[in-house]
Formats: sequence, structure tokens, C-alpha cells
Amino acid sequence: MPVSLLWAVDVYGRVYSLSTAGQQWEQCRDAQMEFKRVTAAQQCCWGIACDNNIYLNVHASDLPVRYQEETYENQRWNPVDGFSDRLLPSDRWQWSDVTGLQHQPLDSFTLPSSSWEWEGDWHMDENFEGEPTEKEGWNYSIDFPATYTKDKKWNSCVRRRRWLRYRRYKAMDTWAKIPKQQTSLPDPFSDISCGGWEISEEPRARLSLWAVSLQGKVWFREGICHHNPEGSSWEEVPLPGEVVQISCGPGDLVWAVLWEGTSWAVVDSPSPDVGAIHAAVGVNVVWALTKDNKVWFRRGVNSHNPCGSGWISMIGEMIMINVGLNDQVLAISCEDRAVCFRQGVTSSELSGKTWRVINVPRDGDRSHSSASASSLQSAGCYFCGEVQVQTVSSDVESDTDKASTDGANCLATSTSPESFVDAPSDQLSETPKPLIPKVTSDSFISELVSDRETGKISREVCGSAAPAWSNVDLEEAQGQQAQTGAALDSADTCSLSSVATYTLAMEDPYGADEHPLWAWVSGGGCSVDSHSQLNWFNILVQSVQSMSLSITPAQTAAWKRQIFEQLNERTKRELDNFRHYEQAIEQSVWMKKGTMQWWRDWKPHKWMDVHFALEQFSGPEGNKDGILFIYYNFYEEKKYLHAFINEVTILVPVLNDYKHTFAIYTPERTKQRWPIRVSAATELEMHDWLALLSVSCCDSRGIQGPPSKQAIWSITCKGDIFVSEPSPALEEMPYPTPCDQMFWRQVGGHLRMIECNSVGIVWGIGYDHTAWIYTGGYGGGFFQGLASSTDNIYTQVDVKSVYIYENHRWNPVTGYTNRGLPTDRYMWSDASGLHECTKTNTKPPSPQWTWVSDWAVDYSVSGGTDREGWQYAADFPASYHGYKTMKDFVRRRRWKVQTGHHGPWQEIPPIPLSDVSILPCAAQSSVDVVPLWAISNKGDVLCRLGVTALTPAGSSWLHVGTDQPFKSVSIGAASHVWAIARDGSAFYRGSVSSQDPAGDCWYHIPSPSKQKLKQVSVGRTSVYTVDENSNLWYRQGVTPSYPQGSAWEHISNNVRKVSIGPLDQVWIIADKVQGSRSLSCGTVCHRLGVQPKEPKGQSWDYGIGGGWDHVTVRGNSMEPPRLPSLTELSAQM
Amino acid sequence: MADDKDVLRDVWFGRIPTCFNLNQDEVTEREAEPYYLLLPRVSYLTLVTDKVKKHFHKVMKAEDAEEMWFEYEGTPLKWHYPIGVLFDLHASNTVLPWSITVHFKNFPDRDLLHCQSNSVIEAHFMSSIKEADALKHKSQVVNDMQKKDHKQLWMGLQNDKFDQFWAMNRKLMEYSTEDGGFRYIPFRIYQTMSDRPFIQKLFRPVSPEGSMHTLGDLLKETYPAALPTEGEQKRFQVVIHGIEPLLETPLQWLSEHLSHPDNFLHICIIPVPTD
Repeated sequence: MPVSLLWAVDVYGRVYSLSTAGQQWEQCRDAQMEFKRVTAAQQCCWGIACDNNIYLNVHASDLPVRYQEETYENQRWNPVDGFSDRLLPSDRWQWSDVTGLQHQPLDSFTLPSSSWEWEGDWHMDENFEGEPTEKEGWNYSIDFPATYTKDKKWNSCVRRRRWLRYRRYKAMDTWAKIPKQQTSLPDPFSDISCGGWEISEEPRARLSLWAVSLQGKVWFREGICHHNPEGSSWEEVPLPGEVVQISCGPGDLVWAVLWEGTSWAVVDSPSPDVGAIHAAVGVNVVWALTKDNKVWFRRGVNSHNPCGSGWISMIGEMIMINVGLNDQVLAISCEDRAVCFRQGVTSSELSGKTWRVINVPRDGDRSHSSASASSLQSAGCYFCGEVQVQTVSSDVESDTDKASTDGANCLATSTSPESFVDAPSDQLSETPKPLIPKVTSDSFISELVSDRETGKISREVCGSAAPAWSNVDLEEAQGQQAQTGAALDSADTCSLSSVATYTLAMEDPYGADEHPLWAWVSGGGCSVDSHSQLNWFNILVQSVQSMSLSITPAQTAAWKRQIFEQLNERTKRELDNFRHYEQAIEQSVWMKKGTMQWWRDWKPHKWMDVHFALEQFSGPEGNKDGILFIYYNFYEEKKYLHAFINEVTILVPVLNDYKHTFAIYTPERTKQRWPIRVSAATELEMHDWLALLSVSCCDSRGIQGPPSKQAIWSITCKGDIFVSEPSPALEEMPYPTPCDQMFWRQVGGHLRMIECNSVGIVWGIGYDHTAWIYTGGYGGGFFQGLASSTDNIYTQVDVKSVYIYENHRWNPVTGYTNRGLPTDRYMWSDASGLHECTKTNTKPPSPQWTWVSDWAVDYSVSGGTDREGWQYAADFPASYHGYKTMKDFVRRRRWKVQTGHHGPWQEIPPIPLSDVSILPCAAQSSVDVVPLWAISNKGDVLCRLGVTALTPAGSSWLHVGTDQPFKSVSIGAASHVWAIARDGSAFYRGSVSSQDPAGDCWYHIPSPSKQKLKQVSVGRTSVYTVDENSNLWYRQGVTPSYPQGSAWEHISNNVRKVSIGPLDQVWIIADKVQGSRSLSCGTVCHRLGVQPKEPKGQSWDYGIGGGWDHVTVRGNSMEPPRLPSLTELSAQM
Repeated sequence: MADDKDVLRDVWFGRIPTCFNLNQDEVTEREAEPYYLLLPRVSYLTLVTDKVKKHFHKVMKAEDAEEMWFEYEGTPLKWHYPIGVLFDLHASNTVLPWSITVHFKNFPDRDLLHCQSNSVIEAHFMSSIKEADALKHKSQVVNDMQKKDHKQLWMGLQNDKFDQFWAMNRKLMEYSTEDGGFRYIPFRIYQTMSDRPFIQKLFRPVSPEGSMHTLGDLLKETYPAALPTEGEQKRFQVVIHGIEPLLETPLQWLSEHLSHPDNFLHICIIPVPTD
């Protein structure tokens, strides 16, 4: 899990962050002022500072936040000047947007705020729909608006060209003020909450930021997304009451707490609670605090039931609560203002188990004790001045009957004014009884009572004793001390931030510093879950315990190394001189039997019950071998089918909803495209068999441990990862090892693509675009225990979304309901509507997957959805759209759920990728830094720095600018980088070298005519591409002096993907491969006859498949054993 | 690349070269040749000495051969301790091969259990596994297993099938990440100079504060005398499978990797050789 940050504000307004890998709070030193509140997301943190401005701290990333501004220059031809900027009166502006309606001269573009800077000057775009244009970048047409072409024709009367300029967000890792709006907001904000990042998926990276003003109005920040981190403007969201506090979950839940202490959901359904002062929302949870600091957990909240079903009282007294990522809960305890983490929160047990105090020191804790007093002082001064200004302005505006806003904001008292205490009881009578959940109704009422009592008591206490302080205002309290009476009067009319109220008055600030007092915490950027190993808790424990040493990695190595060494010594001592002794136990045949179903070989094909047995024995040279038997009945006659374990080439789990199936291939079966298919009764049984068979296959071939550096990796369309050890004869001429004899074994984990090179660097990309690095382990997945290394296996959360659809039909009586016509599809179905898929019967794609989230409505469906995720259509099946019209009688919405896995892979955060390529190199070459190129899932081209054989993950990304998003990249052995843009055009990157790893500029290479390219792979010298119509192209004329080459030559069709190795060997994934018994799609194929002088080869050799999606041979730099060629032979003679 | 899994293999395939000599007092028809064998450390003497029995029967009259038993330098060897434990306890730091004397009469009923057939060993072995799982998982794992799974464990040991045994045994070694280890660590501490057969107590792998207990913690709790005191020469060796793990080795890891097939961690405390 990548390192992420927990944010908190202490009572002095200092902002701290705590890393999930760290052991101390780091103060955010660059914060120029004190903060009241912060709310974090993974990529940024928002805060309200004491000057009442909103500040944004965007975490620095290797990927710049970059926005492309564009404008069009338009010209018309006239007989005198030729093309000139003299346009007809009816024409568009000379400088306009793409539609021509908007006047957009170059100088009209300004930076949105001081946090931005221009990246270079305006330049023209010389790329038109994937084709390079003439030098000036003009596109021609008969008239505006019409279709444009890149070539000038006889009838081209107008032309236009696109100008581009980039601006870059520069205020990274620093608190940047969000500029005030022109139409200034009526009053400052008192609370903010960000969330909503799960509503839309990555490329857009939208974020919802909600804010509450002092007057209790709710505002929403429009337009926050990846390339506009600041958002564009504030929009007011009308609410029926005045809001004190708001919380927005990562999904589609937003809860707000009203002044009356009631929680409202934005859908306007009141939920019964009394005296709530604080709510915190996660994906599927809502936590709340009441005025007596009690903690409440809301049952049954999810996106289709946003209000939940009832409150459950939890242990602990808190003053502030926050729900972070993965529904993890953080709170600040009432008693000692410590940040508490809720332990044991899992998706099945959202309420968790216990509170655990985060017990780590702050950086520079020692130096602070003296500084804090002055910082307190200065903070106070600042507040004092600011607040008074505020008082003036807000007094003018505020309704005198209501609490004065400044009082509400700053005057924190632990008292609840009478009017306020009474409100809940009124509320009770108003609240419809049925809405009060039974479970909690008792505590609910006692809650009321206690609330009222504490209110009164505390008021008395307060009146007699000391004033209370709030985090937002320290100086005010000092002022209060002077004029206690007055302050208390005003306290009567105020309310509110009892949330952030704490009684500090009597405490000595020096003493307070030893034990940090926290005011606010936000876990929105903090990616932890119940399995995370956090070092936040046991610092003190460890220092106390001297005997039991804590296990640090270095010590781990010491004791483990000791054991390894001693075991080796023991073997030497006890065994090495006595190997001629007889073994006490003779090895014998061992059998495992079971019953299975077998997809029988003859027609009509069907599953039949068989006995399945594996007989293992020691071969003549001590190697283990075995035979697999399938005993079946054929017309009452007992027959069997067998396969020698040493002939099995691969075991492929073929899982579906109905059966636990796997396929067994031998070279013969691969030729037929007809594996032995067997199915076990349970998942567990299938795993036992698969693990056992895999181990005996590996044993019989003497394969063990991790794959070699030369290994060939491949991935099936289910994301299963296979690896094969190439034999030296694999690329031999003229008789290479046939492809169908390659032995593949599975490696745990789940990936969409994988790339490697011959120094053993292996990178993978998951279905959710997460980048993964191979750790050198093996096994994982179902290979638990023996067949798996115990080190280097990690949980890999590759998020694969599983979608099911909820279908409704409209009827005149009840509107849209789940009652369909008899001919309709299932009310819960897959996308086709043909299969019923309910939330309960839908299983993860394979048993190695587990759900990592609950079902949630998916809003990012093509065609758009309405606010509840529905898409409408006239009938099933039809084209769906995201709005309702008169003609629509059916609607559907997509639900998704996500799953995870484990294997020898470690995440490389934080940038999601869509393609990666590693420089292939010869086996012996000792390249220090290995160039690695990648494409982010947004289409940015990236270059990884610091990748070596020892540090395969590298250190950071270097962004390589492009004018459009890219989709494929490949770097060849001579540092030749080729890439494909999303529009299907090819580019060559000039001047890439070890000194200049990113090169200098892109050369646009025209695509093969009328083809949009999809993927590129560059080997030692060969450049191959695949286009969207599955054609494989070879680049002719590539020479060291002219690496761009001259033309594309068609090699083959039905090609899905190509991988060119360091010896220029050509491997592809091919479709429509005809076997002797069946046709397969997605087959691994090898180009035969590829030689230095004949890089295009002659024919294909077909290997494992179908169902394969990806192969990479870029690790295999094993030169074939050289046979003397005929010319050499004749020369010798 | 050394891996935890290799430890399991090394433990399983540990062998002690042994020389079996027939006791001088046995009545034989002709002189008995010594018999050499590699004994698996993790197995039991009576389970792996069929060949020895056959070898010596050849030189004896059938009526002279009663139940076979073994003795090393005057100590009868308890077959129900794993062979490796017997060796570490009585014969470590001696010259290999291990010289064991074979007896066919005067069975020392006071010292040894009778072992008429392999089913007695099986019963002993399975009861150890069940006891260990009671400590580790409140018997939940072993009770969930079927009869054939139990058989697989036993057959794995009997036929020296590492894969077969571990395919099942891994289930006994599982624990939830939340707990951080087993409930209690099944261990037995053996000492040469004591009347007590062995020490066995309830001991958790994780301290109440959440840190992992180590081998040192265990000894401190159960047998403090075995720990070296400051400023004094080491008096005892703490031996598991013929090696001396560092005292800071986490107990949970030891239990998962250095336990015998009976799922107990057998720890031998032996005096440091004086020479």
C-alpha cells in the first residue's frame, strides 16, 4: 500500500501530517498562518486558515498538473492576398474557439491564479487527426464550418490552425490561497469537507468540496478535477435549514448537521437524531457525535439508502470524528484531545472494534516547549485582529435573533444555550415516530435527557468557573477572561462549535505541549485498512520494553540469517560425509485420487463424472514424475485417459460462475486447441489439485524457485499471469523449439499487462492501471504454503470492477419499478440482460479474488446517467441515455464492486499507468541505469529515473511533454523510443540517450494509410506496430543514422499485440488460430525465420492459447547456440 | 535466495547418520555387522528401523528376539521423542555417525513405552498434532479436517513425503493476521539433567502490548537458568533441530518453521561442552 498522509490540526492551529509509514507527526512548516480545519483527499489537502480564506495544498507529483489552452486562427482566401486574416463579415472571429462562436485572441488567455505559470509560449499544432500537417499546421476547408482536411485543394477557401499553450500548476506542496471570487461571498466559511472522488474514475479525478459558511449556508466548489485543482467557483446549495457542519464521503453521501442538531441528508429526508453536533461520512458509513460527546454509528448506510436505518451508540467520548479512506475512522477524544484510530474496521465490520490512541511524537517536540508560548501568543494576536474585523462585518449582516455569526464561530463555550437545548425535544415531538429506530430509541431518549442535563450543568460550571476556548480562537478566550460576563451573555445566543470546543483554560500551555492537544483530524488522504501495519501506536511500549526487542528489518535479517547459516552448517556436518548411507525410508509411489467432472472429448460434448488420479513416483535419476489418469465409463465399459506429467505444458484455471474448472494442455492438445477440461466440486478442491499438479509439473521438469531473468511472461484475458523458461533452442535456426512445447507455470497476482527486460526488471500494470513491480518471489494466488515463497508475497489489490445492472420498467401507476413485463430481462442482470446477476449470486471472477468494496452505483457509464445513476431508454435493449424523456419506458443502472488478490508484486504509487516499456539489453551487458518509459492512464508520456537491476522500481518520473494524450510506448535496445498517440499516429522521440533520458522532441511518423495504430514494440533494431484493425506492420529502412525508417510494410493480419525481444525476435498474440479441433482467439505465436538479415521472418509457429491477452519476450536475450551456416562451412572447406 | 520455505525443507530433510550396533549380550548365531542408516530427524526411531530389525534378525534365532529397543551410552532412547530431539539431547557435540546400541531383550519397561506396531506411533503422532492445534487454534483446524486429511499427515511422515505432508500441514500453520500469531505456542523444552520429562506451559506468541515474543522471552518465562547471565560464560546451548537460533528470534516464526511434524517446537537445553 503506498504511503499516504493523515492530517491534523492541533489546538494552536498548527497543521501536522503523519505518514502511514512514519512514526512522527511532521509539522507543515510552510503554513504561514494557523489553520482551523483541514480536509484531505489523497492528492491534496484543503484547509480553512484563520484569515478565513480557503487554502489548498496539492501534493507534489511527478506528473505535473498541466492544462492545455487552445485557440484557432482562422483565414479566408481572396484573390488579392491569397489566404489572409481578412475574413468576411459573416465569418467567425479571426481568433476563435473550435466552434468559431467565441472570440479568443491569444492575449485573452490569462492565468487563473497566481498558483499557475505558463509552460513555454504559444505554438501551432502540426498534427491533424493523427496525420502530420504541412509545416504551418493549416487545415483547409471550403467554408466555415465544414470538414477540414490537411491538404490544400483547388476549392479550399478557408483555413484554420490550432494554437496550443500549456499552463502548469506550480503551487505544489505548499498552502496556496484560493482566490476570492469576484462576487464576494457573503460570509466566511466555517467548515469544509472534500470527498466524492469515487464518483468519477481516475482520468477526470473529480473532487467534491463542500463548505459551510458562518451563516449556515452550504456551498459547493464547482469544477475541481485533475487539471483544475483549485476548482472554478462556489455555488450555493439551497438547504432547508442552517448548517453547522458538513461531511462528504468518498462516494455519493453528503451529510450535514443543522443548527438544531439534526442531521439531514441532501435528499431531504430527515434522519432522527438529537443534538448531533458532528457527522462524518465514509463510503458506506456515517458516524456522528452528539453534544455530550457520545459517538454514534449509523447502521445500513449505502448509496441507495443514504439515510441508513438506525443509530448505534458506540463507546468513547469524542469531540470530533472523521471517516477516512476505506471507511476507517479517526476521532479526537474528549478527555485528552488525542487522535484516536478505530481499529478493526473492515468492510464486513464497519463499526470496528476499539479506539486506539495514535501515540507518536511530533517532529521537534523537544524544541517546542519554549516556542509554543510565543506561537500561542502570535496566533492569538492574529486571531484577535482578524476576528474583530469579522465581528463588524458579520454583525451587520447577521440576524439578531439568531446567533451572531462571530459568536458562533469563535466563541466557543461548552454551554448549550437554553433555546438550543430545548430544540431537540421539540424535534422529538415533530419527528414521526416510525422513523425512530427501535434499537436505539431508548438510548435516544436518554440521550435527550442527558443532553439537556449536561447542557445545564455545564452552563452552571461555566458560569462560575472559567471560560472555554475553541481551537479557532485562542485570543478571544483571553479577551473573555477579562470580560467573562459579557462573553457569557453572548454565549447564550451562540451555539455551534461545541464540536471543536475544549476546556483548556485552566491548563498550562507548557504542560499542554508535552502531550499534543488536537483539534481537528482528516483521514481523507490516508489510505489504511484493517490490515495495514501502522507504527503509530507502540512507540512508548517499545521504549519501555528492553527485553523483548522490537523486530526491525536489520535484526530480522540477523536472526534469520543465523538460522539459514546454521542449517547449512548442519547439512555439511551431518550429511555431506554420509551421503552414501542408506536412507531409512524408501521412496514409493504416491497417489492422490478424487472425483471430478470432465468435458468429454467426443460429441455431444458434455460434462461427465470421472475419477481423477495423480500417480507420482521417483524417476530413474531421482527426479519426480507422474501420470495423470482420468477414468471414465464409455457404454458401460471402463476406460481411461492419461497424460504424463512431464508432458503437461500448462494448467489454466478457467473459472466461471457455475464450475470450478481448469484446463490441462499438452503439446498435442495445444495443436488441437482442445485441452483436457476438468471441473472440481468445490473451489478448495480445485485449488488443492491445481497446486499439487503445478508442483508435480515443476518437479518433473526440475523447475523451482523464482523465474529467471530471461523468462517469457504472458497474461490471459482473465489477468492470470504465466511465466515460461525459454530454452536456448527457442530462437534456434533452422529448428527452434516448437512454441507448443513451452512449459508455462502460473504466478500469483492479477495484471493487465507486463513488461520485462533481461536484467530481471519486471513491471506490471493492473486492470485499475496501478503499476506493480515484481518482487522476486514466486507462487501466491492459490499456491499457498509450499509452492510459494513466503517472502516477497504481498496483497495485491488489483481493482477489477464487476458490473451488474438493475433494470426498471415504467408503468402508469407506480412509475419506475422493478416489476417488468414477462418478456423483459431479469430485474438484476448482466450488461446483455440475458443472465440474471443479483448482488448476492454474483461472485468474484475467480476464487483468488475477494470483494474489496460493497456494491455501489456506478455513475461513469458511457451515455451518462442521471443523479441516481439511472439511464433511460424506450425499451430493452436499446441505446441508453442519462436523462428521462417522454418516450422512455425502461431504465437501468450499473452497480459495481471491486476485488483484490495476492502475489509477488509491490505497488509503485502513485501514478496509474496504461503502458510501460523497459530497455531490452543483452544478457551480459551491465547497464547501470535502465531506461524505462511509460504512459499514464491520462495519456502522459513518462520516463522513469533511477531504475537499476538493484532498484527496479526506480525513484521518480520525468514528464515528457506531448500535445495530445498517448497510449503506447516502446524503447528499443539502442534507446530508440517510439510511441503511439491516442489518435493513432506514431511518433519517434529524438535524441534519447543515457545523458538525456527524455530526449528532445517528437517526430511525427505518418501511419500506414487509413490505419490508426494501436501499439508499438521496438527490439534491437526492428520496429513493429499493430493497428486497430489488427494488422501487424514492420518499419522498413530503419538504420542507425536514420532511425525513423522510411515506410510501413504489412506483415500479418489478426494480430492483437506484438512483443519484439532484445534479439529482434517477434512474438505476437494472434486471433483466429485454427487448431485441428477448434479455433482459438488470443494465441501466443512466434515468428519463425527471423534473422539479422531477415528481420521479418517467414511464418508463424503457434503456441498456447486461446484466451491470451499479452506476452513479453523482452527478457529473453539468450542467443541461440550458433550453428555454422552453409557459407561458413564452405569457407572452412 | 534463501527463503522461509527452504527452512521447511531443510528441517524436513534433516538426517542423522547413524551406526546401529547389536548389544554384546545378545545371543547371536554369528557376529552381527553394524548397520548404517540416515535417520530422518523429524521421524520416530521405531518408525524407521524396520531395516535395522531385519538386519539383526538375520543373525539371531527368532525366539531370542523380543521387542527391539535402543540405547545410547546407557540411556534407553524414548521412541516417542523425535529422533532429532534424542540426538540433540544426548549425542550432540559427539563424533558422527551416531552410535546406537540395539537390544532385543530386557525391555526397560520403566523407561520406555512399548511400541508393538506403527499404529501406536500413529496414535501418538496424531494426539500430538491434536494437542498442538488445541493450543494454536482451540482445535478448530484439526477438527475441521477429515479423516483422510489426518491420514495424509501421517502418511506424509511415514513415507517421508514432504509435499504430501505440508499440503495438509500448512492449514495447521495458518492464523489470522489480526491476531498476529497462534493462540499459544505448542512447545516442549527438554533438558538432560532433570527428572521432569519436559517443560510445557501456556505461552502466547504476542505480548499484551502487541510486540512479538521471542525465544528469549519464552526461556525467561519457562527456564531462566538456560539464559546466559551477564558477565558469566554461557553454560547452556538452546538447540532446535541441531542449530542454535538467536534468542531474539520471534517465537511465532520458530513455531511455524522449526516445529516438528507433530506441530510442537521441541527445544533442547544442553550443557555447553566443556572441552
